[in-house]
Parts: sequence; structure tokens; C-alpha cells
Amino acid sequence: MARYVFLMYDSEDWYDTADEQGVADEFRLHEEFMAAVAAAGAEVVGGEALERSSAATTVRGGGSEPLVTDGPFADTKEALGGFYVIEAPDLDVALRLARACPAGNVEVRPVMEMPDTA
Amino acid sequence: MPAVEDVFRGAWPVVVAATVRLTRDLDLAEDCAQEAVERALRTWPATPPENGTGWLTTTARRIALDRLRRDTVLQRKLPLLVEPAGDDGDPAPTDPLRLVFTCAHPALARASQVALTLRLVCGVDVAAIAAVLLTGEAAVARRITRAKQKIAAARIPFRVPPDDELPARLDAVLTVVHLAYTAGHVTVRGPLRDARLTGRATELARLLVGLLPDEPEPQALLALVLLTEARGPTRTDPDGDLVLLPAQDRSRWDRALIREGLARATTAVRHPRRGRFAWQAAVAGLHAVAPSWAETDWAQIVTTYDALLASWPSPVVALNRAAARSQVPGADLEAVLREIDALAPDLAGYPYLPAARADVLARLGRTDEAAAAYGVALVLTTNPVERRYLARRQAELVA
Repeated sequence: MARYVFLMYDSEDWYDTADEQGVADEFRLHEEFMAAVAAAGAEVVGGEALERSSAATTVRGGGSEPLVTDGPFADTKEALGGFYVIEAPDLDVALRLARACPAGNVEVRPVMEMPDTA
Repeated sequence: MPAVEDVFRGAWPVVVAATVRLTRDLDLAEDCAQEAVERALRTWPATPPENGTGWLTTTARRIALDRLRRDTVLQRKLPLLVEPAGDDGDPAPTDPLRLVFTCAHPALARASQVALTLRLVCGVDVAAIAAVLLTGEAAVARRITRAKQKIAAARIPFRVPPDDELPARLDAVLTVVHLAYTAGHVTVRGPLRDARLTGRATELARLLVGLLPDEPEPQALLALVLLTEARGPTRTDPDGDLVLLPAQDRSRWDRALIREGLARATTAVRHPRRGRFAWQAAVAGLHAVAPSWAETDWAQIVTTYDALLASWPSPVVALNRAAARSQVPGADLEAVLREIDALAPDLAGYPYLPAARADVLARLGRTDEAAAAYGVALVLTTNPVERRYLARRQAELVA
């Protein structure tokens, strides 16, 4: 098995427009997704939904003194809204699950395997 | 008895493909294949053993297993890595196919798919791949390294995809195999063709047909390459100079390859889900059955290109269609020339456009312009055999 982080990028309109029903629908979609993960012989080993990107603070390194700025690292139309950590047998399974993931865009990133934690 | 060198070259992709089945790591598989070759160099007598490929495969896999057992990190993963019982380690005929599906995985960029397939499955060196991809050697080496790292880090599996995923995966594999064939059909640095590379691509096309016997496009690709292979030896004269289709000795075309190619092309074209390779095979078939250049059914070829353009709009196809149209008896060559010129913006740097233009201009009696167009084609052409041909045509016009 290998671990992958699913980085979910979406328009942030949802934060403004979702009513109670919208939030409930979203939760249901994610429950269905987690059920699909289990059914595929994979496992959700972590994940969080994130507050909107305007709530982010970025600390920029590189200079002599880190620079603190308001907002996300990269200001894009579609912002990182949440992530899953998924354990799956291989990339084909991970990509199949990413297609079932309720998000506009999903970046699938393999987790670096450390010799001591294997 | 083949020379030791030939055995190595021919065996390489098979050995790597069979070893990666065990290691799941391309670099490690290549290392082990290399070590097996070194052992062979030390221990083989002047002539290779009966089954050199089998010997190399078994040796490479033994080396891989030793390394996997020695490596403490890998040791923990060993239970996951080792193949299910019953894998005797012999190279399986479908090993190269698994490797192609890995190399042409949709998670890799198309240029990486092509570079990996040419390097790992076809044994093409980095310099030649760079020429095919119109980029530098360092860039290709980097691309291959990155792609191998991604395959390992992201765990792109070494397998032929399950049936429900095959259709979506097939087109990339067909495209990559066709590109491999094309790279051998006209090589970058000469001679005109690399029969080992076209042969390897033909084998892969055949394996794809075996995998998906009811799908039309693998049949069509195999038909296309067989019909093209049939003409292979007649494409150059005894001096190694280029002989184009009009002047080729059709009595020397390989009848067996043509028979098989025509049968497969017919099946593919009649299939309701026929695609672009079916039409390309149909064109190749129409050439194959023509008794001579003059007696070729050009109208039918133009119609077939129309069908191909409808399913697969491509400026290269449009150029081929224009060239075919110029051969239809009574063709309006001025109109053809305008058609070719209209394609120029989309085909900048494509040598066959100025070459086709030069041919039409020469037939129109516009000699100076034709000679200039051959000059442009010469600048863009790298294959020395094609260059000699273009230079000869140019000289004939100027004379």
C-alpha cells in the first residue's frame, strides 16, 4: 500500500452561498466518498476541511527575517479547500478514487516514504 | 548464430520488463539487467547460449532478488513486492506490454510517455530520442529520470489495465507504439530506417491485438505497420539512396505482410468503432494493391483521407490529402498548391511540407521556386538518406 494526499481545489463561492441544506449535502457527498474508498480496498487515514483561504496567513522564508502576509501562499481562483490522506494499493486505484472525490479539482500527491516509519 | 551484441540489444527490453515485474522499480531493474549483461560478457563463450534472453532474464531476476533481500528498507516491503507463487521468472510474452502500459500511463506527460517507451521498451538511446522529440539530450535524460521517479514514488502499477479501464488507456499506447514505429521508419541520423525499431513496434502492435482481439484500432495499427513494413527493403536502392513510392520495385514488396495487413485493415475499416488508424491502414492498403504509381486509385485515397480528417483533424493528414489530390488525373495543381500553403502556419518546421510544395511547383514548371522549396526542406531534414534525395532533386532542377 502507498499513501497519497488528495489536495482538493475549488472555487470558494461555496463558503458564501451554502445554506444549511448545502452543507448537509456536502457532508453526505464526503460520506459517500469515504464509503467508496473503503469499497475499493483503500483507506482514509486522515483529512480535514479547511477554512477559506482568506483566513490563511503565510510566512515567507528566504530573507533574513520571515515575512508574514495575509492570505494563502498562492492566490488562485480555485483554492485549497481540504485534503484527504488515502492509503491505496497503487496510483490507478488512487486516481479512480480521486475521480469520485467531491471536489472540482484534486491533486494526487504521493507521500514520501520514510525508512523508519514504513 | 547471432552475435553477442545482437542478443543483448534484442533481449534488453524483455529482460528489463521481466525484472521490473519483480522489483517494481525501473532503475533497479535496469541496473540488474546491466549486471546480467556484464556477467554474460565474462562467462559466455564467443557465441551466446541457445536461449540468451532467458539466461539474461533469469540472471537479472536473481540479482534483483539478492539486492531486494540485502536492502533493509526493501526487505520490509518484500512480501508486497514478490510476485504471487507460480511466477517461474521466465520472460512472459506480455511483459513488454505491461511495460508499455506503464510508460504510456496517463499520469505521465505525452513527451515522457514517448521518451520512456522508446528508451525502455525499444532500447533507443537518449541522443536518438532527443532528436525524435526535437529537444536536447540533457532535457530527455532529465525527463526520463523524472518520469521514472514518478513511477516509483506515485506507484504507477506495472500491469495491463483491467478491461473496464482499457478503452481509456488504449489510445495513448497506440499513439506511443505508432510513434516508435515512425521513429524507426525514418531515423534521425541514418540510415533511412531502423528495422530493429520498426520490428519491435510491430511486435508491440501484435501484442495489443492479442490483448484486444475485438477492438478495431489495434488491428488497424498492426495493419498499418505491416503494410508499411512490406515496402521496407524497397525504400532504398543498393547504394542506400532513397527510392520513393513511384519508383519502388513493387514485385519485391512482401506479399505475405501485405496479405495479412489487408485482411486486418479490412476488418478494422468495417468495424463500427473504426478510428484514425483504420483510415491510415486503408490508405496504406490502397497503395499496397495498386499495380503501379500511375494505376493507384487516387480518388479513393483522397476520399479515405477525408474520412480520416473527419475523425482526426490534423494538418499532417491534410498535407497528405493535398499530396494525394495532386495525383488524381486532371488535378488542379494551383489549387493544391494553395491548399498546401494554407497549412504552412500549422506545420512550421515540418520538412515534408516544403518537399510536397517543391514537388507540385516542379510539376507546374515553376522550377526556381521548386528548387528554393527543396532548399527549405533540406534545412529541416536530418536523415542523411532523405537529405541526399532532396539535394539530388534540387540539383536536377537547377541544372
